Amino acid sequence: MAADVEVKDDGKGGKVRSKKQAGRVDLTAMVDLAFLLITFFMLTTSLSKPHAMDVAMPDKNQENKEDLLELADNRTMTILLGSDNKIEYYMGLLDSPLEGPTVTDYGKDGIRPVLLEQLKRVPQVTGDPDKGLIVVIRPSDKSNYRNLVDILDEMKIVDAKQYMIGDIGTAEIELLTREGIYN
Amino acid sequence: MAKFKVKKKSTLVDMTAMTDVSFLLLTFFILTATARQPEPLPVDTPASTVQMKVPDTNIGIITVGGDGKLFFGVGGQQIRINMLNRISEKYNLSFTEDEKQRFALIEGFGVPVGGLKQLINMDNSERMSSGIQNSGIPADSVDNQLKEWILAARYATKEVNDAEMRVAIKGDAKESYPSIKKVIDILQDQKINKFSLLTNLRSEDY
Repeated sequence: MAADVEVKDDGKGGKVRSKKQAGRVDLTAMVDLAFLLITFFMLTTSLSKPHAMDVAMPDKNQENKEDLLELADNRTMTILLGSDNKIEYYMGLLDSPLEGPTVTDYGKDGIRPVLLEQLKRVPQVTGDPDKGLIVVIRPSDKSNYRNLVDILDEMKIVDAKQYMIGDIGTAEIELLTREGIYN
Repeated sequence: MAKFKVKKKSTLVDMTAMTDVSFLLLTFFILTATARQPEPLPVDTPASTVQMKVPDTNIGIITVGGDGKLFFGVGGQQIRINMLNRISEKYNLSFTEDEKQRFALIEGFGVPVGGLKQLINMDNSERMSSGIQNSGIPADSVDNQLKEWILAARYATKEVNDAEMRVAIKGDAKESYPSIKKVIDILQDQKINKFSLLTNLRSEDY
């Protein structure tokens, strides 16, 4: 017993303590890394999700085919989607177009100024703000899916209220062939 | 003269709390991030300026790519099992309980109904390897299986979640219009006049 106590005392009195290490580690690099990873995961989770563009098609209306709405010539604009990322558009009827047909491109230097101008002009012609422009989109068989999405996107950008996707006719295909954008 | 000594302050800041918080956030984001599922048919969707995100539930996605090949996938495991039951009834096929559970984990597929059993019994990596699902789902007028799948998925969604299924078309940007039109026609035959087109976010100035 006594010997034990003595030994203990001896150890305390000797002060052979190992030097206490500083409890601080530089965490800056670790925090940097953690925030980098956080940023990465935040961005990838929200950006990788695809976006949905809603499309409403006119009902096929197979029961009563005669029940079709007549559209005023001066309100309709037909956009034909050809090959090689080209568009052809005209106002009114194909046989007696009020404007066009004109070949143009997609995007802000192509169809957009035309659409914006017509969107402003048509309500003035009809004299009724509710009777705005009606755009009929007719993709040809030579156009691709990107063209369809681009033109629908254009409708969203210029905020066209009334537009629809229709089928292309033979006369219109001939027109595209004449312009050389159906190959 | 008394000497003024500006006490030099330590520039060290205690970063422990900051590290704790940042790692907590990091863990959260890692766990919530859903691992990107390998797609049997990789497609490059066109870009648009639309901001709306695709919902995760009650959605059926028709993938069109590789010259008109059609793939179909629907969200939710219960819905998938319900859909498979309907299809097996329709085509007089029988699936074991194990096969149904395996099917519930498949995100999307593109084989005719006849090859479905074989596809289910493959393991995941084999399923995704090229050449296995290279036919797509048949959708011609003689044998329109895609129509049946969509119909079954709609009924299943209604039964399981009591909600309308949204249909989305995920097409490759270079896909020609007629193959997209074919899908749209199938949808319109079922009186689905409203659907979504899946796009990426357009980054460049447009």
